[in-house]
Formats: sequence, C-alpha cells, structure tokens
Amino acid sequence: MINAATAAAQWRVATVTAIRAETATVKTISFDVPGWPGHLGGQHVDLRLTAEDGYVAQRSYSIASGAGTSPQIELTIDAVPDGEVSGFLHEELRIGDRIEICGPIGSYFAWSAEYDYGLLLIAGGSGIVPLMSMLRSRDAAGATQPARLLYSSRTIDRIIYRSELDRLAARGAQFTLTHTLTRNVPSGWTGERGRIGRVMLTRRQFTPAGNPDVYVCGPTRFVETIVEHLIKMGHVAGRVRTERFGPTGAIRT
Amino acid sequence: MLVTRGFKGKRRDGDADRLRLPPGQFLTPEFPVLTAGPTQHTRLDRWSLALQHGGSLLGKWSWDQFEALPQTEITCDIHCVTKWSKFDTRWRGVTIDDLLRAVGLDSAPTGFLMAHCDGGYTTNLLVADLIEARAMIATHFDDLPLLPSHGGPARLLVPHLYFWKSAKWVRRLAFRENDAPGFWESHGYHLRGDPWREQRYEGDR
Repeated sequence: MINAATAAAQWRVATVTAIRAETATVKTISFDVPGWPGHLGGQHVDLRLTAEDGYVAQRSYSIASGAGTSPQIELTIDAVPDGEVSGFLHEELRIGDRIEICGPIGSYFAWSAEYDYGLLLIAGGSGIVPLMSMLRSRDAAGATQPARLLYSSRTIDRIIYRSELDRLAARGAQFTLTHTLTRNVPSGWTGERGRIGRVMLTRRQFTPAGNPDVYVCGPTRFVETIVEHLIKMGHVAGRVRTERFGPTGAIRT
Repeated sequence: MLVTRGFKGKRRDGDADRLRLPPGQFLTPEFPVLTAGPTQHTRLDRWSLALQHGGSLLGKWSWDQFEALPQTEITCDIHCVTKWSKFDTRWRGVTIDDLLRAVGLDSAPTGFLMAHCDGGYTTNLLVADLIEARAMIATHFDDLPLLPSHGGPARLLVPHLYFWKSAKWVRRLAFRENDAPGFWESHGYHLRGDPWREQRYEGDR
C-alpha cells in the first residue's frame, strides 16, 4: 500500500513526456517523475518555474491521473487569461523539457480505495480535474460502491475528458454521469441544461441517502451555491469536501 | 536551481513588492476563498468565544461582550499556502493580549494552543506566535463586518504565518501543554507554517 497521504512532499525534477489538447483552452501534460512516491486521487502538486535571472513562479495544480505508484503523472491545465504559469505551460512547454514538481500534497480532498463509500462528485469547468483523478482511481481499484458525477460546463466543446467519461459510464451501472450545459445547448442534447440547483440535484439523486461522500470542485461561487443546497437537502457537513478556485481563478493562474 | 527553458515570467512585481513577498508567493488584488468544506453561518445571538486551559474555562464572551473589549486595528500582508499573497489588508478585532488581560492573566498559561471552529476545523499554534500584538480575533475587514465566506463573524488572524493558521469561524481557544496537529496539519501541512521559511508541508524545515 502506498503511503501517499503521509509521504513528505519534496521537490523532484520531472520531464515532460506528452502534451495533448483536451479542449481549446485545456491541455493535459504528462510527466515522468523519478522517485514519485505515489498519490491518491484528488491530490495536487506544486510546480516551480525558474527564469534565467532567478525569478521564480510557483503554482498548485490538481493531479489528473489516477492513484498509484507509477512515476508517470498527468496534470490537466486550464489556460487562464493572461496566466503567467498556465500561459507558459500552454504555449512554451515542449516534450523533453524539465520542470520542478513538489508533491503529492493534501490528503483531505482525496479519495482512497480503503474508504469505498458511495460517492457524489460535482464539478464546474476545470474543477473536474481532481474528480477525474478520483474516478480513474476508483475504476482501477474496482470500487463497488456507486458513484455519480454532475459536471457543469458552459458549452459542449468545453467539456474535458468527454469521451473517457462516456466510456466509464458505459462500463457499468455503478457510475452515473450527468452533464449540464449553462450556455449553448446543441440540438439533440439529452443532458441537463442550466446551472446546478436543488431541483437538478434531487432529480439526479444527489441526495443524502446512504450517507455518501461528497466532493465539490469549481469556482468559488459555484461551490458556495451548491454546498448550501446540499446542506439544506440534509447532507452532513462533515461529508462534504470542497475545493475552490477563488473568485477569478487567481489560485490557478 | 533548475532553469525552466523558455520561462521568463510576466507577472513580475516591482522590486519593493518582491522584497515583501515570501518565497514562492505571488501578489493578488483579489481575496480568494479557500475552505475545506461548507461555509459556516453562525448567528450573532448564538455566537460566543471561549478561552480554555485544560478542562477549565478561563473566560467566555457573548458577541456584545466581545465587541466591548478593547479594539485594535492592524494593516498587514497575508500569505496563503496556495501561493497568493495580498498586501495591506486592514482588520479590526481584539488582540490575544487583550483577551488574556480580560481574564486577568499577565501571560499565557502554556506554550501551545489549539483553535477550534464552527464546522470542526482546528489549527495548532505556538503561543509565542499569538502574543505581543502578533495576532487577534478579527471581526472586521476594511471597516465592514467580516463576511461568512471570509470567516465571519470572527476569525483568528495570525498574519505572519500561512493563512490556514488564521482559522475562520473561531469559537474556542484552548491552551495546551504540548503541540498537536490541527486539521490541515494532519493532512500533510506544516506544524508551524512560517511563509518566510516556506514551511508549507510536513517535512519542510
């Protein structure tokens, strides 16, 4: 059993092994990290970028790949407007480049196969990333408890991991996927429309029945609104774990 | 130091700002909200703050009683472990020194303290990090009552440590004989959290 939750985070030199576009503004970057101690689904890393004159920028990013001890990890990074670090990662970074990574960090907003309870996941935009890591971990671990994901995107082409999510959902009844689109909805769309509210949460069975673990990740106001609905619906506050981006995405620039 | 090929950095703050930024931090004009779980909403008529030592109660204040304690204003820079820093934040509240005085103590009874909050959050602190005007129970930000999302009605403010130590929705300060990890400190974060030493995570010196 890996001890990712308690392994002391330390700086390691990672090498970029692959870069792929997920959407027009989102890329997944694969790294080889020799000595990586392994991680849990939902943990994050710090990246440290150093310019030639010694100027340093650090940012935190969620790990996208599933739990395990493989030295190959993936980060999925949203290019925020004028983002100092995300802009560099999107525009400048090439396969073979080396970059410093510290992690894994955070054992709270994380899923472990040791605690296979019913799982309710709610994502807004790139808030899907740590939740995808949990879903991948859960799939690889053969988790048996039901999981539901309600994923809010502006438009269909902004959905990250769309085909992989479809494959996971098609594999069995234990994972139920619902998308909602808040802006343009294409003809023939069978998912939800509009922002997530109490009616949608109830309709999609995001109820406290069975005392599930709940993880909500997205922009601050998205998370605040949804968590208030969840508490009013009777969810136990201690089972609702959240990760917020900050009002303008300042955390993940 | 590993130079990152092609990285120049465009957020560069002025020299004066960079001297004020602890290592690895960047400056933001925003005030991001980071919390592990739901925002707590505590009615003022049900709010109280308790000061404890072991099993005994040193003092307890209702909201009105707390507001009647000596008020202190401070302007300080704050630093979040998730990398953002914000300069010149203005707060008002009651210093820990004044709380101790209010219960008739010249000095703290022990060297360690655990802050307990609505929602179950805890964080551990050295008393030395709280006294001599280094920390307060803050109730106002920019002259306005502190919003629930930022820890209102009252939060701990320990600006010289990473901001997770400035516990939101604080309700009870318990003096202890020894140190013990609080919430984030049990989830991989540093026991003390000094941003100038970059004590972010467990194992950082």
